Amino acid sequence: MRERQYDAVVIGGGAAGMAAALRITGAGYATAIVEREEGLGGILMQCIHNGFGLHRFKEELTGPEFAERLIEQVNTSKIDVFLKTTVMEITPDKDSRKLVVCGPDTGVMQLNARAVVLAMGCRERNRGNLGIPGTRPSGIFTAGLAQRLINIEGYVPGRRVVIIGSGDIGLIMARRLHWVGAEVLGVVEILPYPSGITRNIVQCLQDFHIPLYLSHVVTRIDGRDRVEGVEVAPLENGAPDKSRAFPIACDTVLLSVGLIPENELSQHAGVRIGHDTGGPVVDARLMTNLEGVFACGNVLHVHDLVDWVAEEAERCGDGVVAYLEAGAVPMKQGAVTPGANVKYVVPHHYLPGQDAHFSLRALIVKDRAELLVRRAGSVIKRRVLRHVKPAEMIYFKISGEELPPSPAREAPASLEIAVE
Amino acid sequence: MSDECYDVAIIGAGATGAAVARRLAAYELRVVLLEKCVDVCFGVSKANSGIIHAGFHHPVTSLKARLEIRGNLMFEQLHHELGFPFKRVGILVAAFSEEEMKTVQRLYQQGMANGVPRLEICSSERMRLLEPKLNPDVVGGLYAPTGGIIEPYRYVFALVENAQRNGVTLKTEFEVAEARHDGDAYTILSRRGDRIRAVRVVNAAGLYADEVSRIFGGEEFKIIPRKGEEFLLERNAAGLPRQVIFPVPGRHTKGILVIPTVEGTMMVGPTATEVEDKEDRATTAEHLEMVFAQAVQMVPVISRREIITSFSGSRPVLEGNDFFIDISKKAPHFIQAAGIQSPGLTASPAVAEYIKDLLKQDGLALVEKSAFDPTLPPVPRVREMSTAQLAAMAAQDPRYGHIACRCETVSEAEIVEAIRRGHATLDGIKFYTRAGMGRCQGGFCTYKVLKIIARETGLPMEAITKRGDGSYVLSHRIAPDMLAGEVGHA
Amino acid sequence: MTVPKEIICLGCPNGCHMTCEQHADGSVTVTGHQCERGEDYASEELLDPKRVVTAVVALDDGPIPFAPVKTDKPIPVTKIHSLLKTLYRARATPPIRCGDMLIRDFSGTGVNVTFTRTIPADTTKNNNPGSG
Repeated sequence: MRERQYDAVVIGGGAAGMAAALRITGAGYATAIVEREEGLGGILMQCIHNGFGLHRFKEELTGPEFAERLIEQVNTSKIDVFLKTTVMEITPDKDSRKLVVCGPDTGVMQLNARAVVLAMGCRERNRGNLGIPGTRPSGIFTAGLAQRLINIEGYVPGRRVVIIGSGDIGLIMARRLHWVGAEVLGVVEILPYPSGITRNIVQCLQDFHIPLYLSHVVTRIDGRDRVEGVEVAPLENGAPDKSRAFPIACDTVLLSVGLIPENELSQHAGVRIGHDTGGPVVDARLMTNLEGVFACGNVLHVHDLVDWVAEEAERCGDGVVAYLEAGAVPMKQGAVTPGANVKYVVPHHYLPGQDAHFSLRALIVKDRAELLVRRAGSVIKRRVLRHVKPAEMIYFKISGEELPPSPAREAPASLEIAVE
Repeated sequence: MSDECYDVAIIGAGATGAAVARRLAAYELRVVLLEKCVDVCFGVSKANSGIIHAGFHHPVTSLKARLEIRGNLMFEQLHHELGFPFKRVGILVAAFSEEEMKTVQRLYQQGMANGVPRLEICSSERMRLLEPKLNPDVVGGLYAPTGGIIEPYRYVFALVENAQRNGVTLKTEFEVAEARHDGDAYTILSRRGDRIRAVRVVNAAGLYADEVSRIFGGEEFKIIPRKGEEFLLERNAAGLPRQVIFPVPGRHTKGILVIPTVEGTMMVGPTATEVEDKEDRATTAEHLEMVFAQAVQMVPVISRREIITSFSGSRPVLEGNDFFIDISKKAPHFIQAAGIQSPGLTASPAVAEYIKDLLKQDGLALVEKSAFDPTLPPVPRVREMSTAQLAAMAAQDPRYGHIACRCETVSEAEIVEAIRRGHATLDGIKFYTRAGMGRCQGGFCTYKVLKIIARETGLPMEAITKRGDGSYVLSHRIAPDMLAGEVGHA
Repeated sequence: MTVPKEIICLGCPNGCHMTCEQHADGSVTVTGHQCERGEDYASEELLDPKRVVTAVVALDDGPIPFAPVKTDKPIPVTKIHSLLKTLYRARATPPIRCGDMLIRDFSGTGVNVTFTRTIPADTTKNNNPGSG
């Protein structure tokens, strides 16, 4: 079997993978990206709507345009890009990591790397995960699959559509379906508030008078060969009220009900997965429990904005560079734990004396909430948050001065981060 | 019209019909296998739990008990010849009270009478040793090491393919609409207007055996669909047991089981509800609750969060609950194989043997075919290859290097092979290759599979279906005339 | 005077719920906003709403069947239907560079339509050390 040596191999050529790889190659290390699709860009390539890049590029770009900016840099860099190539297996080792990869052009190869970056993204939750009762006809799609079919293949899945879940992908698809001539009969959301941002509620639903059923669930999917309709019921004390259920005749159901980090490859290699994020548990430099194996982007935790994915990936790239230069972090790291009303905080550790960037997801909807960082019981940082909700990630930074080292030989005190 | 006349027409390409077809393929006969669906194994057998039962559930007086025991013993050889996955993992019946232990005793006696080898009554300790994931409250139970698991569709696909390689004709989308006997043979018309002739007919039509019997002028009986809902959980699910775990059975069914599948996923179910509509394949929220409540009683770590999909199918139940396999007393040269519900899969090879004997009794001349090849060349599957094997395959044919389904590790080459063997629907490919059967349920691979089907078959994308008939996947290509009325803004 | 219209401001993440009324003389009054951006946003939404449109255009002989495009600025919503019809009727041939113009000044709006993805004429990609 052919073998190749790299300082770093990045798995996944989406925004996270490219941003991390660019950072590593920029420090002069031999880097490769392994991507299973035919081109770089990942899921951005099917997100042809605009709204990307406001933070990173200070302008509003479409998904392919955002990707293009990174792709151009990758193509002019020294990064080796293996397209149509799937990583079959990662074998961790003390000194190096071995990846068996496979593709129609590359055949089977072994890549030996000092560091590996997991950047495989996420997958969509599907009907089975929700357990929606009813029949199993054709015409049930995840929103992302429908997006791919329309925006890249040019095929419209159906003519009369009901969308389950009001996440941004579902809302964007409501407008897209309308613009390709399909009729969107409603968006059904289990929560009492929409999961997507206001702009999408206005421009993707209200513009076309598409009904949004909040606190409603689809209680049944009907149809023998193809979807023939759904039954929708309002929630009453957390359970569907069957007496007020109503049918909607449709030929297509789209699911936009959340994303799950895609970590089967990582788990197989022995990477420890956190229950709160569904992604790897990482240290302050975004390294997993396996030495030399890092993670960033949606494989680590599901983000709302690609701008933050790219930023996190660059920090991950910096972590890889530090590792390649000097090995694993020599000092003890402090633990970071979610406090009141917080689902998770990433990364799960911090380094005393060094700037730390955190992403967290709140469990509550609240106006004028307060972010509180406690260290050994006492509050070391506060920030007022104008509006928090689970669908919007909260980002914040703590400077190194705010995180002084603990007395010698003592493990650093843990940080608890709460939203109150 | 040339009117080729078959010696035997088998109606229904499920486990029973396929096993009969493959058995008859060993003789110098012209055999046709008729299936109403677009592919084989798309009816009752598709939603099967895949259990090879040990043979202690039914009384010795029943036909099904005899055929079950004989069928069970035939699976090693079939597995070696045909290559479908089969594992003799063993079956446990877990009792949670002394009262239930009495039933276990009865099952043991029944199993011994049926001739089940190596049956064992177990203490609580023995049960927990055999299956550490069992609820520690288990009082005791029954252990049947000869029980096993297979992948039911791969079994049926393999039987049909082997039958075809040995000269059996398969006609899919042939739904029997009419039949006439003219003294020599039956003329059988399909709903689409196709016509064949056959001297003898085997009715293995599953849920529709009653209707087929009526069409041929055979016995009047009624098949009652008894619906079963099942839930499929992820690979490496926390609750994945080593053996198939049964509760102590109730009156009609074997109860909610916890089943490790041969592919490393796990299943819980099935429920048992008598329904009116033979096509009722709906699952319900109430049954999901019930199934998990019962499964968790046996294996506490089972989690609903690990469900990747649910499905349902109906068992074709005949009054009296036994199989009805016999030469018809009313229709000439018509063999009934009705009411083949659980343990129909286990019994199927023995049922085929039994039907072969009935056909002989009915006057069919059985001359062994010297060229009969009982084996199937293995289908290369990337999932089952070592790295070195994969390297060699991918070097030979780059399509083995293209992993189209990431969740179940299925290559483009395997999908192409499935299409060439006649499985050109999304479901056909899913059951043949497992592409789309994993954790993402086709979210990532569906568009790839659609494009491969279009390329290999020349079908337009809009003509590709999930499983035939009206189950189209895509409505239309983007076009200006699709914008009826004002689509801009309302 | 027209019936008052509810408009949610998208000028900033505050998302003020505003009530707008157009008077006989053409002037507009807005209530419920917290800053000036709300007033501007509301007037435009009421009098001349515009949106950025993204869509796809069929390709002849490309490595992919469709190419993504966008309007380079918001277009009046009354023009969206005819724009989409035009786009679905159009065909393009790679190579295409991201930013290439497909339509200049659509229907006198001053809005251009540009490609948002680079699509090579050839499907093979350089930079892949594994191929060849």
